[in-house]
Amino acid sequence: MTPSSPALIGDILSRHSDEILSEWLALLRNRSDHRISARALEAQCAGLLQRLSEATSRASTTSLEDEAFGPVLDMIADVSRSRAAQGFSPSETAAFLFSLKEPLFARIAATDSGRFAGDIWTVGSLLDAVGLHMMDTFQREREDVILRQQSEISELSTPVVKLWQGVLALPLIGTLDSSRTQVVMENLLDSIVRYEADIAIIDITGVPTVDTLVAQHLLKTVAAARLMGADCIISGIRPQIAQTMVHLGVELNVVSKATLADAFALALRRLGRAVVTTRQPVLGAAPHAG
Amino acid sequence: MGPSKTIQIRAGEDIVRVRQEVRSHAIAAGLGLVDQTKIVTAASELARNTLDYGHGGTATLEMLQNGMRRGIRIVFEDQGPGIPDVELALKDGYSSGKGMGLGLGGARRLCNEFSIVSEPGRGTRVAIARWR
Amino acid sequence: MPGEHRGGMDRIAILKLGQALLVTIQVDMHDRLALALEEDLTTRIVDTSAKGVLIDISALEIVDSFIGRTLGSIATVARMLDAETVVVGMRPAVAITLVELGLSLPGVRTALNAERGMAMIQARVAADIAGNPFGEGMMDGADPDGTE
Repeated sequence: MTPSSPALIGDILSRHSDEILSEWLALLRNRSDHRISARALEAQCAGLLQRLSEATSRASTTSLEDEAFGPVLDMIADVSRSRAAQGFSPSETAAFLFSLKEPLFARIAATDSGRFAGDIWTVGSLLDAVGLHMMDTFQREREDVILRQQSEISELSTPVVKLWQGVLALPLIGTLDSSRTQVVMENLLDSIVRYEADIAIIDITGVPTVDTLVAQHLLKTVAAARLMGADCIISGIRPQIAQTMVHLGVELNVVSKATLADAFALALRRLGRAVVTTRQPVLGAAPHAG
Repeated sequence: MGPSKTIQIRAGEDIVRVRQEVRSHAIAAGLGLVDQTKIVTAASELARNTLDYGHGGTATLEMLQNGMRRGIRIVFEDQGPGIPDVELALKDGYSSGKGMGLGLGGARRLCNEFSIVSEPGRGTRVAIARWR
Repeated sequence: MPGEHRGGMDRIAILKLGQALLVTIQVDMHDRLALALEEDLTTRIVDTSAKGVLIDISALEIVDSFIGRTLGSIATVARMLDAETVVVGMRPAVAITLVELGLSLPGVRTALNAERGMAMIQARVAADIAGNPFGEGMMDGADPDGTE
């Protein structure tokens, strides 16, 4: 089956653009999706048809690598990305494009050019290729969203807290895998710069297990902080963790304290600060206002 | 996979240029800041080796693509004296000249992929890659 | 007076600030520039009897072993001339990479920023004046009561 030249498709598109557009929109509206406004949908369809029309008129082959299809691919990528970001499923996104086949096939049938099979094949395979490109972009966009969310989760679950002028605390909660630990490390070092901290207390009370890898990451974080001119204290090392580390042969060349409170007290001492009593403490809740 | 770019390494300024090109390629591959810093630093070490020990050579940059994953590869080549004992050179602290040595072990730690071929009299070829 | 210019070649400017010399490395340093910096600093330390050298690397996106050697070299020479070297402003990405590279900058003290670095140098100067033989230890932030 010999494919027809793309110019023939371009011809159909330009001669019957209004009909094709309204039929296409009718098919899409049947799905009654409220996530996209009618106006936005119409703009997308009209825009795509226009670019397809121009591209097929100029292209020398129906291969998408022909540079005439550049604008088509760009627009498809944009549509795909926005669908992905809005939470459309892959098939819903693909359906947007593939429903264009029906109006196009109808036009080819009506035209009766004598090369019915060849024209159908050409239009079909062109739209299939565009559809696949759309899927690739969609997939990549979803992966990016997942990656972004992962790093947001990492950051959210490891907030850096300023305890005092020059003293930061990083309470680690949950298991630490390699990628999360790296995000945590970068976050802490950035915070040291931002808050001009002298000391960062890394509290691992909430970390159930510390294996060699995690310990190594902790040590690297401490080394990096020292290179920058700050220092670290580790707090919250439970007896089991201490034992495990000894058995693993991990040597922490950093001061460690049992509790965050102890670590904070040490940090204050190092900075030449002290907590003093200035007057009688006020015990109990404050009087209720009105 | 796009076209590759070759940079001649003949003087100190060329090392700076290698750093700048690797940096822009790394950004184009979508590497984060720390990953960029690591690969540019590794490239700087190897470019310096090419200049100081290899008596000059080339650095060839290439963008990589494996499905959705993107990365960059840099190949350093020279026709210098070659390294007699590569295993030894890869160990930290090894130094055939002054200072901190060839930095090969350190450079390897900074990359996802690292390969080296070197023989006395046959020059040296080091390939490194970092993926997103 | 800022760094001298000889033969039109770029040289890194050295500022005098109290008893310290301040150097800001803002460009991608190549060999000749690094060598020139070492030479200039050595001369200026002697000329001004400087007690400290502050090297600001906050503009550096990369610190490789060559830059590391240069910083170490400067620190060694400065120490021989009775001056302390403090490197300030190291970026987190650089610190992480240096740790991975296995570079530790021996003999080089570090501080978060120029303000802290100057404070370190001034503390040392004050300790020297007071004739306190334990001046160095106090700058480390160690507990003066020795209870830590």
